[in-house]
Amino acid sequence: MKTIYLDNNATTAIAPEVYEAMIPYLTELYGNPSSMHTFGGQLHKKIEEARSKVAVLINATPDEIIFTSCGTESDNTAIMSAAEAFPHKKHIITTKVEHPAVLNFCRRLARKNYRITYLPVDSLGRLDMELLYKSLDDDTAVVSIMYANNETGVIFPIKEIAQTLRERNILFHTDAVQVAGKLPIDVKDLGVDMLSLSGHKIHAPKGVGIIYVRKGVRFNPYIIGGHQEKGRRGGTENVASIIALSKACELAKRSLDIEMNHVARLRDKLEKGLLENCPDCRVNGDRNNRLPNTTNISFEFVEGEAILLRLNEYGICASSGSACTSGSLEPSHVLRAMGVPFTAIHGSIRFSLSRYNTEEEIDIVIDVTKQIIKDLRNISPYGKGLSALKN
Amino acid sequence: MWEYSDKLKELFLHPKNIGEIENPDAVGEVGNIVCGDALKLTLSIDKETQKITDAKFQTFGCASAIASSSALTEMIIGKTLEEARRITNKDIAEYLGGLPDEKMHCSVMGKEALDAAIADYKGLEKPIHAEERIICKCFDVSEEKIKKVALENHLTTVEEITNYTKAGGGCGTCIPDIEALLKEIWSLKAIPKAPTTPKKLTNLQKIALIQDIIEREIRPKLQSDGGDLELIDIEGNKVTVALRAMCLSCPMGDITIKGIQERLREFVSPDIIVEAQ
Repeated sequence: MKTIYLDNNATTAIAPEVYEAMIPYLTELYGNPSSMHTFGGQLHKKIEEARSKVAVLINATPDEIIFTSCGTESDNTAIMSAAEAFPHKKHIITTKVEHPAVLNFCRRLARKNYRITYLPVDSLGRLDMELLYKSLDDDTAVVSIMYANNETGVIFPIKEIAQTLRERNILFHTDAVQVAGKLPIDVKDLGVDMLSLSGHKIHAPKGVGIIYVRKGVRFNPYIIGGHQEKGRRGGTENVASIIALSKACELAKRSLDIEMNHVARLRDKLEKGLLENCPDCRVNGDRNNRLPNTTNISFEFVEGEAILLRLNEYGICASSGSACTSGSLEPSHVLRAMGVPFTAIHGSIRFSLSRYNTEEEIDIVIDVTKQIIKDLRNISPYGKGLSALKN
Repeated sequence: MWEYSDKLKELFLHPKNIGEIENPDAVGEVGNIVCGDALKLTLSIDKETQKITDAKFQTFGCASAIASSSALTEMIIGKTLEEARRITNKDIAEYLGGLPDEKMHCSVMGKEALDAAIADYKGLEKPIHAEERIICKCFDVSEEKIKKVALENHLTTVEEITNYTKAGGGCGTCIPDIEALLKEIWSLKAIPKAPTTPKKLTNLQKIALIQDIIEREIRPKLQSDGGDLELIDIEGNKVTVALRAMCLSCPMGDITIKGIQERLREFVSPDIIVEAQ
């Protein structure tokens, strides 16, 4: 059975070109870039070349790029660095819909006497900008707000926020993990101080990410060790993955057009097909301001894990905000923050596409999903609508 | 991804007895759509033989909830009400080839629907909801349900209660209440102090008593500190145990063993000797 992979916000396939590019560094070129001998030392140059290629994707200068092990490390680093840069400031602002890498790190700091403001969103997942500006005060050390949401794809007005924060002289970090490769990112135009990216969301392997730190921003390393990354991130460089990431960034830059047009068209086709063929379903999030690859649909009266495991039988991969799919009994914090009714959260499915998906795949997914929803509603006591139960 | 058994997967993908019996003799409805799972069970019952001649279900929920419901109907068709009443949630889980810990509440839902249907058939009044003390407001779980499930499944920790009833799995504010409830349940169940002139126990009685005290008195205490204990063997007065979990790395192991010995001497027999494996 062929896999139909529509879970690209979770992780992506390694692009064949990326795989090719990293192989030499997993085999013969195994040296340590810090070594004095040519065998190792030559890799240092390769890393610097990679840094330049990554910088191009987001219009940064190479020395503004620090390689990390993942998006989570980048997020943790950004917030901790800002907190340490202003030790007397004890207030952090973020949102209720952030990735756990930011949310749980803030919760940890809350236990260390930090005051955290978690900004709410409206029913379409849009940020309450007025409240953001009202929450700023002289005690605010850093604001960390994601560029686009991983569950709904809703995009936040990062440029606008950055402008205000620059005027107020408050550090601003954005988690752009979901945006990279899907929309153009220009850090100079955005005006952010720090930005996180992850390799495995843009067709590089897992285990590599970057944090962009704008020149002039005070930075404190999070992982303490050797002099790697100019002392800004200790630990021997993950050479093969760094090379892979730079290749993936090159490809991402070239493929932006495909992502924004071809992928968006497939996503719209999928969304339209499902909405037309399955009664009682709804799209979660602001459809006018979303990533081109993401759709989050709630199918009423059925439960997400059941939908996913039936899709799984056809090799179709997606994910759900249902409680049953998480380790805990809590359904999606993002959909809850948007005030999506619990009944709709339990049946929410996220499809996230990539440039490797095809028209035929989307046709199959619409057909299969339609039948699964029908079958599961047939099993559900609410299948005929909520009113049928209590009468 | 959950580790589901092949049997569970099969019943989830191809559930049996889906639907609703027209003019059923008994109906059991539990759960609700807000909490994430719900089950409606309808039964046909032969008045003379008291046998369940047919059972159908409708379930809103995850794979294990659907499979548990299907399993339940298969298990009860052909049984008398009395036989069906004796089916426990553990039996349902076993029928499915086991359930992941976090999914045990699906088997409990099956058992609850069956109980509700039997009560409905017998014309028993359902307990008035308002009078129940709701412990977990997120998942609408009553004190009575937690007590019942804890006793039936021998649950001693909050985590187990959450796995079996969902209580405590939402906002978490009721966790102290669940802890208090567990304390109450298991201290009530604790064996009364041994009479001053103990009766001579038979070997079988002694083994049963030792097992009981270890399960009800000793393990919950160790588990609350992250440790655990396994009873390995009982030979005459010699009780062999093995320390588990955090107890393994605890430097106080010897003292723990001494404490267990004192406990057993107090409740079972003054000549008990406890040894670690």
